[in-house]
Amino acid sequence: MRADLSVTGAATRIEGPLLFLRRTLNVGLNEAVEVIGGDGRPRLGRISALDEEFMVIQVLESTQGLSPSTARVRFFGEPLHFALGPEVLGRIFNGVGQVIDGGPPVAAERRLRIEGLAVNPVARADPRDFIETGISTIDVMNSLVRGQKLPIFSGGGLPHDRIAVEIAQNARLRGGAELTFAIVFVGIGVPHDTAESFRRAMESSGALERTVMFLNLASDSSVQRLLTPRFALTAAEYLAFFVGKHVLVVMTDMTNYSEALREVSASHGEVPSRKGYPGYMYSDLASIYERAGCITDMQGTLTQLPILTMPADDISHPIPDLTGYITEGQIVLDRDLDRRGIYPPVRVLPSLSRLMKDGTGEGYTHGDHPALASQLYAAYARAVQVRVLASVVGMEGLPDVDRKYLAFGDLFEEKLVQQAGARRTLEQSMEVGWEILKALPVSELSRLSDAQIDKYVREA
Amino acid sequence: MSKALIKWISGPVLRAQAQGVFFINEAVRVGEQNLLGEVIRIQEQEIVAQVYEDTSGLRPGVTVEGSGLPLAVRLGPGLLGNIFDGLLRPLSGTRSRFVEPGMYASVVGTFPFTPEIKNGEHVHGGMVFGSVQPVDGKTQRCLLPPNLEGEVIDIVTAGDYAEDKTLCTVRASDGSTHEVAMSHLWPVRAPRPIAERLPVSGPMLTGQRILDGLFPVARGGKAALPGGFGTGKTVLQETLAKWCDADIIVYVGCGERGNEMSGVLHEFPRLEDPRSGRPLMERTVIIANVSNMPVAAREASIYTGVTVAEYFRDQGMHVALMADSTSRWAEALREVSGRLGELPAEAGYPAYLSSRLADFYERAARVRTLAGDEGSVTLIGAISPPGGDFSEPVTTHTKRYVRCFWALDRNRANARFYPAIHPLQSYSEDVPALASWWQANGNPQWLAARGQFLTLLEQHAHLERMARIVGKEALPPRQQLILLCADLVNEGFLRQSAISPVDRYCSPQRQMAMMRLLRRFMELAEKALNEGIGVDRLIQLPIARRLQRMGEDVPEDRPQLFEELGAQLESDFVSLKGAVSRAS
Repeated sequence: MRADLSVTGAATRIEGPLLFLRRTLNVGLNEAVEVIGGDGRPRLGRISALDEEFMVIQVLESTQGLSPSTARVRFFGEPLHFALGPEVLGRIFNGVGQVIDGGPPVAAERRLRIEGLAVNPVARADPRDFIETGISTIDVMNSLVRGQKLPIFSGGGLPHDRIAVEIAQNARLRGGAELTFAIVFVGIGVPHDTAESFRRAMESSGALERTVMFLNLASDSSVQRLLTPRFALTAAEYLAFFVGKHVLVVMTDMTNYSEALREVSASHGEVPSRKGYPGYMYSDLASIYERAGCITDMQGTLTQLPILTMPADDISHPIPDLTGYITEGQIVLDRDLDRRGIYPPVRVLPSLSRLMKDGTGEGYTHGDHPALASQLYAAYARAVQVRVLASVVGMEGLPDVDRKYLAFGDLFEEKLVQQAGARRTLEQSMEVGWEILKALPVSELSRLSDAQIDKYVREA
Repeated sequence: MSKALIKWISGPVLRAQAQGVFFINEAVRVGEQNLLGEVIRIQEQEIVAQVYEDTSGLRPGVTVEGSGLPLAVRLGPGLLGNIFDGLLRPLSGTRSRFVEPGMYASVVGTFPFTPEIKNGEHVHGGMVFGSVQPVDGKTQRCLLPPNLEGEVIDIVTAGDYAEDKTLCTVRASDGSTHEVAMSHLWPVRAPRPIAERLPVSGPMLTGQRILDGLFPVARGGKAALPGGFGTGKTVLQETLAKWCDADIIVYVGCGERGNEMSGVLHEFPRLEDPRSGRPLMERTVIIANVSNMPVAAREASIYTGVTVAEYFRDQGMHVALMADSTSRWAEALREVSGRLGELPAEAGYPAYLSSRLADFYERAARVRTLAGDEGSVTLIGAISPPGGDFSEPVTTHTKRYVRCFWALDRNRANARFYPAIHPLQSYSEDVPALASWWQANGNPQWLAARGQFLTLLEQHAHLERMARIVGKEALPPRQQLILLCADLVNEGFLRQSAISPVDRYCSPQRQMAMMRLLRRFMELAEKALNEGIGVDRLIQLPIARRLQRMGEDVPEDRPQLFEELGAQLESDFVSLKGAVSRAS
């Protein structure tokens, strides 16, 4: 139970976000505290190290205005918890789980630890249900399934936020059944206008009452950023595993999260690894991403769609690199396509959905779906290769078949990738796919069976 | 038992004031939840321990209790077909949906036991004293603990017994008696003793053409599998676990995805071992320490895995251990080292990274066991180099200890060419030792064919670069033929789909037939070229297309199709010659 103990004047030193305190009380590691400064404002914190004389408190908000002599520290006697009830839907919270929409506090039914617990691998169910996002390059070529964690690798200035909003609005299950996702939107260090435009978009589509928003704005303390996804995922887990909803978590922008992690690690004086990021960044990111999934015998599911902006569009930067090692694939956005006005600008070759094979094909989507995706991949990869060749030796130096590949590459981008904001069903997307394959000679379609060629590609 | 009181704690590492004697690597229990930990450093009366579970709530003054034993795991017949955490605690026995601190499920199975020794018999450590034959499962042998010697004074009759019940009593020469059950404890960091190490001889067949054909690994060998994300490490590890010809598979998921472990758990019971026809799960032990489980236990999971592998090796079996991924294990080392304030070496890793990797890979061996049988442990470790850069410390250090290096290539993976092993960056030092095996098993041409394929792929890479400048059409016919043949080898031999029911496993016989057909094609094509037939005609031969698809088209149970292909190959060239001579 909550013990309510507080001390004043025990602090000896403040260094960045760390507060050093004489240990006058018997408290435990990772327990939550509140640090109240001379200004009377409470700041959340947690105990990050303990010895016989001192304790180190990591203050999760700005330490500005704190003074060691006057700071009062109140101990909760337990790690950070989040009190949740079914009424969280439609509400807006800040990065540490406090209501900021002016409404009353949420009636709590359950208090959950924000770190969550690792799902027992034995209890996990395989993610299998295909989610139709309305985006051809995802539905046909990199299918999303329920319980998956599929990040969008983007760059500054690319329309990742718009894509996330559209997926949140349009996502549904196959068979016409409207998929009533509960949406958890997590803004991590986002500018105010991004948060606002997301809220407005959800409101105008009438989806706000099934959305929970967590906003850690760019102006908020960076240390709080470390808690924002944890509070949000605790709410998502509550909705998925206690209320039984299918939850889609949109997190933007994980790059800000990682930067905050580096900042805090540096202030602890930890040994940095690559590019100054802490050596445990993989484990830390995993403790967020691994909270997606399905559990046997439980109705709800948790699907994650994290968004990150690759610094300098570099996919080998530690943030996208470690993310790619944890998540089940990635959707990569491309600046060239965006510049050419193609929307959504998905670069399919480096994109991947690892769970696609589990949720597509006979019994899930369409029997010919995997073959079509494979053929489109092979043909487009060849087209891109030919493009490089053509830029060196010129169109004239190309054999006839290679010229057809060039034409196919353009069709692929202009017809299949380009959607200009229109939602497509899987059937419509597949139809476009078959249509553009007609630009290639039948003899080149090695990934399709004769029956598939006769049925879809050969002109009657 | 010795006790200690916590003085300092941060993350998974604690320092405590000892009251009594502790030793290095002693297992300890911490606090009321009895969290498992291990002593990693001692200085006068202060011990440093790492805790294998979430340490929230621990504080100075909490008791640390020594167990008097090194960190050990219980080895017995209940391992096969089950899933465990990094310290070999069963995950399947609990009803819990989440992994909670202090969670304990000691599942004690009952097995039908048959004794194989008699009263009065003189026995020594590692000897077989009985066997276990579960109704649905593999026969396993029960071993005496390695450090025991003496005379049997009591042995039970055949029947069903619990795993931890005393079955046999042994009186040592000093008069002390020892009770032996089906299972026994063994410290994870100590290699199990053997009679002698044997040189490697036969290959561990993987059923994957690019491995068996070009970069084979021997039984008792060690291989590393580095690759950036999305290049297919995990799929390849799983494929090896499914189809390689080891008797026992130990699959260590070390800091990887939870969904993958559950995928293995759901898929393996449904798949059949192509040799025994039994479900694959019966020969498999899964050790899962997924990425969001406590990081210190990840460090231990690799050793736990090898210890389990050695236990089955000592029963006279051939064991393959897949570790996915050793980079996550190295990161766990780095994290604990950082908290101890040790001086970092390269990229923040501790300076002892290299020697720890050596300790691990040196436990791979083909051996004569204490019981006198032959057994082996083959180690295959995946590496996840940051940014796909093979010059990082884990990859470079691992390279010094492994004999096979299977480098996964981003470009191949992007073109969906799997397995994406790069034929020019990979190598196998086991080739000379294995050539004689192929010679004795019906393919004396193996070494020559391998050399021919590799040379071809090398020339292909060179010519591709050239073609990018001058255009393919401008290359002389002989070089165009090389490009054609290399494409055939790539598409027809090296590419193999892990999800195709026909092609996911390829027996040595089928590999031999495919090699032979490809070489025959090259021979005839070369001859045809010398007789003045153009490469464009060769590309259009119907047989060229069929050779590319033979992996998919010729299943294991219809080898006669290869003969038909062979016949078509000959007749295609004959009719080509006929057509050309008529035309001229």
